[in-house]
Amino acid sequence: MQFSISSSPHQSGQQSVTRVMGLVLLALVPGTLAMFWYFGWGPIINLGIATATAVAAEAAVLHLRGRAIGVTLIDLSAVVTAWLLALALPPLLPWWQTAMGSVFAIVVVKQLFGGIGHNPFNPAMAGYVLLLVSFPVTMTRWLPPDVVSGSALSLADSLHIIFSGTPPLGQTWDAISSATPLDQMRTELSQNRMIGEIRQSPLWGDFGGRGWEWIGNWYLLGGLFLIWRRVIGWRIPASMLAGLVLIAGLFWAIDPDTHPFPAFHLFSGGAILGAFFIATDPVSASTTPRGQLIYGALIGLLVFVIRTWGGYPDAVAFAVLLMNMAAPTIDHYTQPRIFGQRGRGDA
Amino acid sequence: MAEQRKLWPFHGGLHLDDHKAESNASPVRSVALPRRLILPLQQHIGQRAEPVVSVGDAVRKGQLIAQATDYVSASIHAPSSGRVVEIGAAPIPHPSGLSDTCIVIETDGLDSWDELPAAMPDYRNADAADLRERIRWAGIVGLGGAAFPTAVKVNTSGQRPIDTLVINAAECEPYITCDDVLMREQAADVIDGIDILSHLIGARECLIGIEDNKPEAAEALRRAIAGRASGHDDRPIEVVVVPTLYPSGGEKQLILLLTGREVPSHGLPAAVGVLCQNVATVVAVADAVLRGRPLIERIVTVTGGGAKQPGNLRVAIGTPIDFLIAQAGGYSTHINQLILGGPMMGFGLRSDKVPLTKATNCLLAASRTETPNSQPERPCIRCGECARVCPAQLLPQHLYWHARARDFDKAQEYNLFDCIECGCCAYVCPAHIPLVAYYRFAKTEIWAQERDRDKSDLARRRHEARVARLERLEQERKARLRQKKEALDSKSGKTGAGDAKKAAIEAAMQRVAAKKAAQQVESGTE
Ligand code: SF4
Ligand code: SF4
Repeated sequence: MQFSISSSPHQSGQQSVTRVMGLVLLALVPGTLAMFWYFGWGPIINLGIATATAVAAEAAVLHLRGRAIGVTLIDLSAVVTAWLLALALPPLLPWWQTAMGSVFAIVVVKQLFGGIGHNPFNPAMAGYVLLLVSFPVTMTRWLPPDVVSGSALSLADSLHIIFSGTPPLGQTWDAISSATPLDQMRTELSQNRMIGEIRQSPLWGDFGGRGWEWIGNWYLLGGLFLIWRRVIGWRIPASMLAGLVLIAGLFWAIDPDTHPFPAFHLFSGGAILGAFFIATDPVSASTTPRGQLIYGALIGLLVFVIRTWGGYPDAVAFAVLLMNMAAPTIDHYTQPRIFGQRGRGDA
Repeated sequence: MAEQRKLWPFHGGLHLDDHKAESNASPVRSVALPRRLILPLQQHIGQRAEPVVSVGDAVRKGQLIAQATDYVSASIHAPSSGRVVEIGAAPIPHPSGLSDTCIVIETDGLDSWDELPAAMPDYRNADAADLRERIRWAGIVGLGGAAFPTAVKVNTSGQRPIDTLVINAAECEPYITCDDVLMREQAADVIDGIDILSHLIGARECLIGIEDNKPEAAEALRRAIAGRASGHDDRPIEVVVVPTLYPSGGEKQLILLLTGREVPSHGLPAAVGVLCQNVATVVAVADAVLRGRPLIERIVTVTGGGAKQPGNLRVAIGTPIDFLIAQAGGYSTHINQLILGGPMMGFGLRSDKVPLTKATNCLLAASRTETPNSQPERPCIRCGECARVCPAQLLPQHLYWHARARDFDKAQEYNLFDCIECGCCAYVCPAHIPLVAYYRFAKTEIWAQERDRDKSDLARRRHEARVARLERLEQERKARLRQKKEALDSKSGKTGAGDAKKAAIEAAMQRVAAKKAAQQVESGTE
C-alpha cells in the first residue's frame, strides 16, 4: 500500500494565528465597552472606520502583491491593528484622519515590510504617531468623559461631527471638547501650579482622571485574560508597569508637589492598554525572557520621561516605537542559556 | 511505595494525549514467520555490516550473516532458518525512501537454531572485555530508536567513571507501548540486564525513569527488584516515577529529571558520569549474556485508528511491514498515513513494502483525524510559544529565521545542533510552520558543506603530500649526484667523507617527514 508522507511532528495543537488574534479582540471588548460608556459613540464609529479601511487596504495590497487574500485576512491581524489604533484616537477625530492612520499602518508599516511577522514597528502605534504629528489640533481634542460633562453626545451628533469635521449646530469646540487628564496635568504644571491645587478640579477622580481611571481597569481585565490564556507573557506588561511606577514613584517621593502620584501615571492615558496590548505585540517586541523584562522596563521609563518632559499628550506610542528599534539588539544580548550550558550566562 | 525522589524538571515540554490504552491492554502476541525476511546491512548508526554468507547458502536461526566492519557497527544474524536468496538493493524504512543493500532469506519454516555461544551466568566474574565482546557479537543497538551500537556505548574505559546507570523507560511518545508491555511481561529480564550493565560499567546505582502513566510496569519492576536473589554485590536499583510530560524520554531530559545533572551541550552523558540505556536494549543484553542469543526479534507496537487490531507483537527482525500489519489484523478503512515511530518524532513511510529493523518500535497506522493534513504555513508572528516549550531551551523562531534564510552559521550560533527534533515547537506554533523540517534541512546542508570542506581539505593535503614527495625525490637525486661528485672528488683526494654522511642523514630525515605527511593524509580519510 502507498501512503502520503509529511514531516514530523505529525500532530499539532489547536492554536492558529486567527485564534490568537481572535482572543486579543475578545480581550479588548471590556475596555471598548468602557470607552463607549464614558465617551459615547465616537470610539465605536472610529472603530468601524478604522476596521473597514484597514481590511480594505490589506486586501488591496495583498491583491497587488499577488498573495491569497482570504488566508491572510482571515488571520484578523488587520482588525487587531485597526482596533488598537481606534482605541487610541480621540473620539471625534474627523473620519478621513482615522482612515488615513489606518491605511498608513497597514500599507506602509505592515505590508511594505513584508506583511504580518515582518514589521519592525507596531503598526497601530506608527499610525497613531503619524496622525499626531500631522494633525496636532484634532489629535489632542478629546471629549470629557460623560461622568464629567453630564451629557452624552447622541449617535447623530457624533456622526455629524466625525463626518463633517465641525461641531454640532450652535455649539463650539470649546464647549464640547476637553483635554485629556495627562494634557491637563502638564499644562497646569507648566503654569507652576501645585498638584494639590490641580486636583481640586472636578476632572479628577481617585487617582487619575474621572472616568479615565476606570477604563484602565477594564483593559487590565482583558490583559489578565490574555495572560491566563497564554496569548501574551507576563514579562512585558509587568516590567513596563513596574518601570513606570518605580520612576514615577521616585520623582513623586522627591517632590510630590510637582510630580503626580504614581497611580496617576498608571491609570491615565494609554499605560494599561499599552502594557497589555501594544508593547506585547510579539512581532515588534523583544523575544527572549530577559530581553522582555528589559524591553518592558525601558518602555515604562520612556513613558514617564516623555510624559514629564516631552511635548506630546501621551507617550506610550513613542516609547513603544523607540523600543521597537532596540528590540533586535536587546534580543541579541539576552539569548537565554541553552540546555547543557549551565554556568555560562544566567541560570 | 517508597517516598518520592526529588526530581529536577526540564524546561518546556508538552502534555499530550498519550493514546496508550489502544495498544497496551492485551499481552504481546507472536506473529507467524514470513516467507521472506529482508535484512538491511545498515540498521544502526555507523558503518554498514559486511555479509559473511552468499546467495544460495543455507542459514540457521541465530547464525551470523553480516559482520560488523568497524568499531562503530553492528552484526546481523539470521532471525530464522532458511536459505539466502538474494543480496542486493531493496527498499528500506528510511525517511529518504531510498533503497540499500539487504540480505534476503527465504525461511524454511523449521525455525531451527544454529549453535549458540555459551551462556555466561557467571558474568560477574567475567572480563569486561569479554562481556562487551558478547554484546558486540549479538549485534545489539539502542532499541529506543537511535540504534547506536550498544557495545560502543558501554565501553566507558578512558572516560570519566560512570557512577549512575539511567534506564530510559519513560516511553514518552504517544501511542507507543512496546516498552510498557515488555516491562510488564519481562521485568525479571530487565533487572538481569541492568545488573549486567551495572557490573560492566561499574555504576554505583541504577535509576529507572518511567512515566506515571505506566503503573503496572513500574509495579512489575519493583516486584522484580524485590525478588532479586541476594548475596551478590549488585548495586541498588530504583524505579523513579516521573510525571507524564513529553519529551521526558529524551536522553538529556531524563538524565536531568532523575539526577539533576545537565549533560553539556555537544557532550555525552558520560561527561556527567551517567550512562543511559533504553529498557528494551537492556533486555537484549540479558538475552545475549545469559542465553547466548543474538538480537533477532523485538516487540513492536502496531496502533492507530488505521489499524484493525492495535496491540504489541513479537516480531522477527526483517519481517516485511505489510505482512506484519496483515498479521495484526490489517488496516481499517480509516488509514491515512503509516508512520514508523511515534506521532511526534516518527517518519512517514511511503510504502509498507519495507522490512522491520532493529530500531522499529512502533508502526502508527494513523487515521485522518490522528494526523490531520498540515495547515497552510503562515509567517512567524514571533509569539515565542516555541521557545516556551523547547526542552533544549533554544530559541526555535531564531533557528527558523536563519535556516530559512540559509544563514547556517547564524543557525549554529543559535545552537542548531542542540535541537533534539522533538517537535514540541512545531506542535504549538500558531503559524503552522513545519519548524522541524527547516532544522533538518539546515542540518543536512551543514553536513553536506562539511563533507565538501573535508573533501577539499583532503585534496589539499594530498596535493601537499605529492609536492613533498616530488621534492624529496628531487633532493634524493641531488644528494646522489653530490655523493657521486664527492666520491669522484675524494678519489681525486679533495674533500673528506663527512659531507657525504651528512647528506645521507639529511635525505633519510626527509624520507621520514614525507612518510609522516602521507600517513596524515590516510588518517584524514577516516
Ligand atoms: S511559535 Fe511559530 S509563530 Fe510563534 S514565534 Fe515560534 S515560529 Fe514564530
Ligand atoms: S524540535 Fe528542536 S527547537 Fe523544536 S522544541 Fe524540540 S529541541 Fe526545541
